[in-house]
Amino acid sequence: MSGNMNINLKVWRQKNGKSQGKLVDYKVENVSPDMSFLEMFDVLNDRLINEGKDEPIAFDHDCREGICGSCSMYINGRPHGPNQGVTTCQLHMRSFKDNDTIVVEPWRSAAFPVIKDLATNRSAFDRIIASGGFISINTGNAQDANSLPIPKGDADDSFAAAACIGCGACVAACKNSSAMLFVSAKVSQLALLPQGAPERATRVINMVAQMDAEGFGSCTNTGACEAECPKQISLTNIARLNREYYKATLFSNEG
Amino acid sequence: MNWITKMFSSSLGQKLIMAITGLFLITFLIVHCTLNSLIFLNDGGVTFNAGAQFMATNPLIRIVEVVLFIGLILHVVKALLITLNNNKSRPVKYAAYDGKANSKWYSRSMGILGSLLLIFLVIHLSHFWIGTKAAQLNGTILSHNTYLELKEVFESPINVLIYLLGVISLGYHLMHGFQSAFQTLGINHKKYTPFIKSFGNVFSILISFIFAMMPIAMHFDIIK
Ligand code: HEM
Ligand code: SF4
Ligand code: FES
Repeated sequence: MSGNMNINLKVWRQKNGKSQGKLVDYKVENVSPDMSFLEMFDVLNDRLINEGKDEPIAFDHDCREGICGSCSMYINGRPHGPNQGVTTCQLHMRSFKDNDTIVVEPWRSAAFPVIKDLATNRSAFDRIIASGGFISINTGNAQDANSLPIPKGDADDSFAAAACIGCGACVAACKNSSAMLFVSAKVSQLALLPQGAPERATRVINMVAQMDAEGFGSCTNTGACEAECPKQISLTNIARLNREYYKATLFSNEG
Repeated sequence: MNWITKMFSSSLGQKLIMAITGLFLITFLIVHCTLNSLIFLNDGGVTFNAGAQFMATNPLIRIVEVVLFIGLILHVVKALLITLNNNKSRPVKYAAYDGKANSKWYSRSMGILGSLLLIFLVIHLSHFWIGTKAAQLNGTILSHNTYLELKEVFESPINVLIYLLGVISLGYHLMHGFQSAFQTLGINHKKYTPFIKSFGNVFSILISFIFAMMPIAMHFDIIK
């Protein structure tokens, strides 16, 4: 078809967590500009399976509509590729040109070890959530809407923070592999609402301790995370996390 | 005391120390720059030397000097520990890395800019601080002519170059550091942050410019 492209891929191939990996060249021909980046990998994997010489490339994906956060690909030096506010599954080949060379790597962080090829183990995020990113009480039936007054601004900020899909692009983008944007979103989302208040201090202390224990680096406020986050989580959340943490350690009975 | 040590050994607590000491060092820079600007009065260093004498003999300033050194050492040691730890957090580097797409180069180079600053500070202290200290100790401080020392040091074009490099490192370090310190302290608000950011940039450029003019003006005998 006219308008279709040829793409030169350099893809990170690694058998398992223990083996050495390397970049391998693949030429993908006749790529439709309307394909998503993952569909291009489907086409390539189909070919690899049919040829039977090489194993298909392992990569994470689930919803393919930008809400699950599993499609982690570091594309030409940027997490989720060149566009702002989108995940890899929502990146389309029309964002590239015919004969482009595209380097695709897994997230790189001591806390996100490679499982295979482009798939990394991001259970460090799960352990951070398990350390405090929840509310312990049952919320029960839906209450009368006005029984729990919440200022509109707080509700908006909480909702915006809750948009975090836990993809890990913030860690991948950060030169220190810091998880501050993720943790700050999870802390903010609950700290802004009355339901989150009873566990506010323990939550932030435990989540920060778990974040440090997982081997993420510290935040030097470069802002790379905010620029690359597919859900455009704001740096104001990181300032709130700092505040919440100092307040909890200095003025609460916790810690 | 357990909660205190826990707080200051956490990644956030360590950054808190960086931010507080960083802002403290900035207040020192303001005083330092203001006093040194007395050379621009072009009165043969009379007012400048009087200022220097005051700073060198005032007992309160002696105490502040000690606090300043402690602040600087804390800042540098924490910087070193944080930077080393951060470098460990990504053992396998990216083959393709497009940093400029999402952040300013100087925000990613604070460790290098800081190290250049540290080297500069050692040279700078050996030029002026050691002489003044010796004069303080052997009682000749009242006849110590710092202005003359300045003239001698800045006769050398190499020294002028070193100072310019030091001051440029300072400017970029502060362009990121000034606003970064507020974010670390948890101060980020739509009413204030735009002002903090632009003020930080203007301040960093201005203070570097004024400092840079000192060796230049002396070297080219613009001030006598
Ligand atoms: C006059 C001297 C200095 C001043 C006024 C100064 C100021 C600052 C400020 C305000 C910050 C921001 C703190 C924050 O982000 O929370 C900072 C960060 C930093 N400084 Fe300095 N500093 C000075 C000297 C040094 C030296 C000598 C070194 C290194 C040996 C250094 C290394 C660093 C590093 C690595 C950071 C962390 C980078 C970041 O958080 O983005 N600084 N400095
Ligand atoms: S903050 Fe953004 S980049 Fe980080 S995990 Fe959440 S959605 Fe992904
Ligand atoms: S596959 Fe779910 S966000 Fe991309």
